[in-house]
Amino acid sequence: MIEVHDLSFAYPNHPLVFQSFGWRVERGEHWAIIGPSGCGKTTLLYLLAGLRRPVAGRIVVDGQPLEKPRPTIGLILQDYGLLPWATALGNVELGLELRQMGGKVRRAVARRWLEDLGLASHGGHYPAQLSGGQRQRVAIARTLALDPHVLLMDEPFSSLDALTRESLQNLVVALSHDADLTTVLVTHNIEEAVFLGKRILVMGQPPIDKAYLLENPLARSLDYRGKEAFHRNCEEVRRRVGESGT
Amino acid sequence: MKTAELGSLSLSPAAQESNLDAASYLKGRRRWKVLAIATGVAVVSLLVAATIGSVGIPLPAIVRMLLARLPFLSIVPDWPTAYEAIVFQIRLPRVILAAMVGGSLAVSGATYQGIFRNPLADPYLIGVASGAAFGATLAFLLPFDVPFLGLGIVQIAAFVGALAVVVAVYSLARVGGSTPMTTLLLAGVAIGSLFWAASAFLMIAAGDKLRVVYIWLLGGFSQGYWSGILAILPYLVVGLAVTIFYARPMNVMQLDEDQARQLGVDVERLKLILVAAASLMTAAAVSVSGIIGFVGLVVPHAVRLVWGPDHRFLLPMSALVGSAFLVWADTVSRVILAPGELPVGILTAFCGAPFFLYLLRQKKRAVF
Repeated sequence: MIEVHDLSFAYPNHPLVFQSFGWRVERGEHWAIIGPSGCGKTTLLYLLAGLRRPVAGRIVVDGQPLEKPRPTIGLILQDYGLLPWATALGNVELGLELRQMGGKVRRAVARRWLEDLGLASHGGHYPAQLSGGQRQRVAIARTLALDPHVLLMDEPFSSLDALTRESLQNLVVALSHDADLTTVLVTHNIEEAVFLGKRILVMGQPPIDKAYLLENPLARSLDYRGKEAFHRNCEEVRRRVGESGT
Repeated sequence: MKTAELGSLSLSPAAQESNLDAASYLKGRRRWKVLAIATGVAVVSLLVAATIGSVGIPLPAIVRMLLARLPFLSIVPDWPTAYEAIVFQIRLPRVILAAMVGGSLAVSGATYQGIFRNPLADPYLIGVASGAAFGATLAFLLPFDVPFLGLGIVQIAAFVGALAVVVAVYSLARVGGSTPMTTLLLAGVAIGSLFWAASAFLMIAAGDKLRVVYIWLLGGFSQGYWSGILAILPYLVVGLAVTIFYARPMNVMQLDEDQARQLGVDVERLKLILVAAASLMTAAAVSVSGIIGFVGLVVPHAVRLVWGPDHRFLLPMSALVGSAFLVWADTVSRVILAPGELPVGILTAFCGAPFFLYLLRQKKRAVF
């Protein structure tokens, strides 16, 4: 569970991005955050990851104030962040290595995650030998291998083509079903937000003190993209983003 | 495999520019093999370099002299006693010191390049050289010498000066609990110039001592001595151990600081530990050898270009290659103008630069 109390944040010598912002994410919920570019949605994700410290207010995760990055909170970024000279398997092992997990167990865990993400035969390949979608899957495997309770995603699929993007969206749904994971997705893509976010937070212009909440309970069923409710909600989000952008 | 078009999808500039020949990244058992060979080359370099000089001493004699010093072997001396003095008092201390300084500079260069994620980083980046130069110049101007544990006041002043400047740079660059690398770099450049200017001023004030000071600054081992070796040994051993111990987190740091923190690296602590280890190694090396350029910049790059950038391999390999390189550079520098000597720093730049350019053209592999 994530609680955001009276959060204020600004980068040094910049105006406030958040001002007494409050928010609550229950365990197992799936959120999407959307808003005009520069509104602070990525900043919010970095705050939740413990990578930025609030200027005022606090963030409490699982009952403990968040002071620094936690092993139970995983983060996936747009740009894979893979070491070019390490294999896919080696890249998945990185975080496990830092947690002092022994070589054999580590390799087995990494192999299993590559398998789950459909990369079983690519373990020995280097990032440059993989496609963009495969690289992002390696990055997802690396994060999930650390067994997080919360998965934060910052525009994870925005540099991928439409088909790859959809298949990875489906994959995220499948994975978080299995893992009883809380997910928070930041995206500028309306269809992505509506497909993956059971609750959608539409942010306006900073400084942000509150955001519009759209309930989207049908999200995450694989046939949702073809349904009328999907398009209606996309329209609704589009309108809200448009309003908040001006 | 042609990867240029895939490369453009990737974040890291390394992958973007890389014309990757993945198979050439060294892995597993082959790494140990290469390290073993390099160790052999470094040791043989030491021994062979000790044979060279105004009096040529055959290699077998040196090997026998060394074996004779081992407690459980009885070898009857069949060499002139003068040889023993030359080998143990002059040649060996000198080549060993050169090897240690070369190793220290290369490892700390690799470490700085790793934490700054900047290919232009070298061991002198954040003020070690300017601090050492200032300390040494000041000491040269003193009318007296205060020997301490067999070291002269110049060595001690250089060491203290180097560390003082690094500490000042690091504290100045620290803003509220974190040390942005760009600020650290800029603070290093600014304070560095300040101390270089101060040293230059002192050198002009030095009058007839100018030449001695200048030659010291260019670096060399004309005073190879066991006390110097003993003085820098702990720094090399501890520095090497600490940097290799943190090789994995250093690898992860190559992603970017946020990603590394997310994966579980305590980035601020790591930076502090590694800057401290690398700076201590460099300060120790500089205090006994003067400011030898290029080794710390070029050796890690050469290793990276040939064998790939994994710090677990890069650090020990840089130590070995740096050692062998400086041993040979120093040998040439004392033979080429015999009986005079060329400051080894001039030579390292003369040989190092063209070789590095050659590697750069040959490999065309971006590893940063």
